[in-house]
Amino acid sequence: MESNVPQNLKYAKSHEWLLIEGATATVGITDHAQHELTDIVFVELPAMGRQLTAGEACAVVESVKTASDIYTPAAGEVCEVNAALAGNPGLINTDPYGQGWLFKLKLAPAETGQGLLAAAAYRSQIGS
Amino acid sequence: MLKRTALYEDHSQAGGKLVEFAGWEMPLYYTSILEEHHAVRTQSGLFDISHMGQIQIRGAGAKSWLNGMVTNNLDRLKPGLAHYTLLCNDQGGVIDDLYIYQTAPETYWLVVNASRFEADLDWMLKHRPADGQGVQIESLRGRYGAIAWQGPKAVDFIDQLVEEVAGGGGPKPNPSALKKNELGEFRFAATPIWIARTGYTGEDGFEILAADGILPAVWKQCLALGKSLVRPVGLGARDTLRTEAGYPLYGHELTEQITPVEAGLSWCVGFDKPVFIGRERLLQQRADGVPRKAIAFKMKEKCPPPRPGYGLFAPGTTAPAIGTVTSGTQSPSLGAGIGLGLVPPALGKTGTQLELEIRGKKYPLEVVSKPIYKK
Repeated sequence: MESNVPQNLKYAKSHEWLLIEGATATVGITDHAQHELTDIVFVELPAMGRQLTAGEACAVVESVKTASDIYTPAAGEVCEVNAALAGNPGLINTDPYGQGWLFKLKLAPAETGQGLLAAAAYRSQIGS
Repeated sequence: MLKRTALYEDHSQAGGKLVEFAGWEMPLYYTSILEEHHAVRTQSGLFDISHMGQIQIRGAGAKSWLNGMVTNNLDRLKPGLAHYTLLCNDQGGVIDDLYIYQTAPETYWLVVNASRFEADLDWMLKHRPADGQGVQIESLRGRYGAIAWQGPKAVDFIDQLVEEVAGGGGPKPNPSALKKNELGEFRFAATPIWIARTGYTGEDGFEILAADGILPAVWKQCLALGKSLVRPVGLGARDTLRTEAGYPLYGHELTEQITPVEAGLSWCVGFDKPVFIGRERLLQQRADGVPRKAIAFKMKEKCPPPRPGYGLFAPGTTAPAIGTVTSGTQSPSLGAGIGLGLVPPALGKTGTQLELEIRGKKYPLEVVSKPIYKK
């Protein structure tokens, strides 16, 4: 199945996406990841205000089959979490780049998402 | 190289997400585990269960020999009837759980777990009478497959699957006339198929045993008959459905170190039989009690899904774990965490409050009776 890999995002090899908008960024998991995980039934999000370093395990997404750690693709302070996921974790399956976002970061100084993959590179990683 | 069933092409064309399972390339799901789960509970679903091992035991000595191998009593069977049973080792540990379908006076058709097929066959061949004594053990792998049609709507279509035969087919005129655990020989495309009213979902339904050559045609015809009221279902939903029903899965609730008495399966042990492998240990456990017993449980509040290996605790203490989760999931039907586990008998009574530890945090649960999901 062809996975959706939007051009405007940056990607971690561990299948998270990052959308940078000025000093903040939004984090979620990719369409490929949600498809591999199957139906998501529970999400554990980081506490507000938590300071994260890039690559740190900070959330857990649980599907019917398995629990998966989510690693933040960028450093920063958690400034918003997607409260809608508590009642409807399936949003990650139906809209992984939209309503299924996980959390937002106030980016650490000098954090630009360096080292992350562009859409084309991620697409080739997942063989899509 | 993974093995493929006769329905592999059908799964691929239907967009099935194929994964490795016990050496087979099998569909985990086609569209969504949750959708497929709900379809089986409310309408019906079609499962490819051809990965399961099929073994025929035939001959004049078949019954007495096989009755010494398995726990349940073959006196309870007759041609046209099937039952659940266990194959135990000398210590009463479970080598496999299986279904035995008696298709003729001297023919027993065994359906065993894919992961245990070789172990079962080895064990049976090792115990075969030296001179044969009228016992033939034959693997049907690579020649026969099976389809399960499960869910409340399956009964509405199953009769249309088979051909009317002059003079009648098996002991029952139609598959829909079969009662639970009954089976009959019917015809499809002028070829014999066997249909039993059995399953692994907690729903009404049928299991169809047929030669690999006609299996794809049977599969397509089931889908054509059921139209919008049937859909292919993968192993993902098969697992959530059986967990809600409280059915054991080999490697989780059953291993060579767990006995039927501990697993709560004494009902399929023929203690009245004079001889069968494992009998002494099982009789001893029945008399003296067991160190642990199988439970079903339901989480009492919103929490992450229980998973195999999580520890079970007595509530309000810092004492070490008293037991372990053997299967767990988020129940699609109940919208709550559910599971199966092993605990000391004193903590295994229905209504007992326990706790489950997930990532360092404890969540309350209640021991419940099986099935966990009741209609």
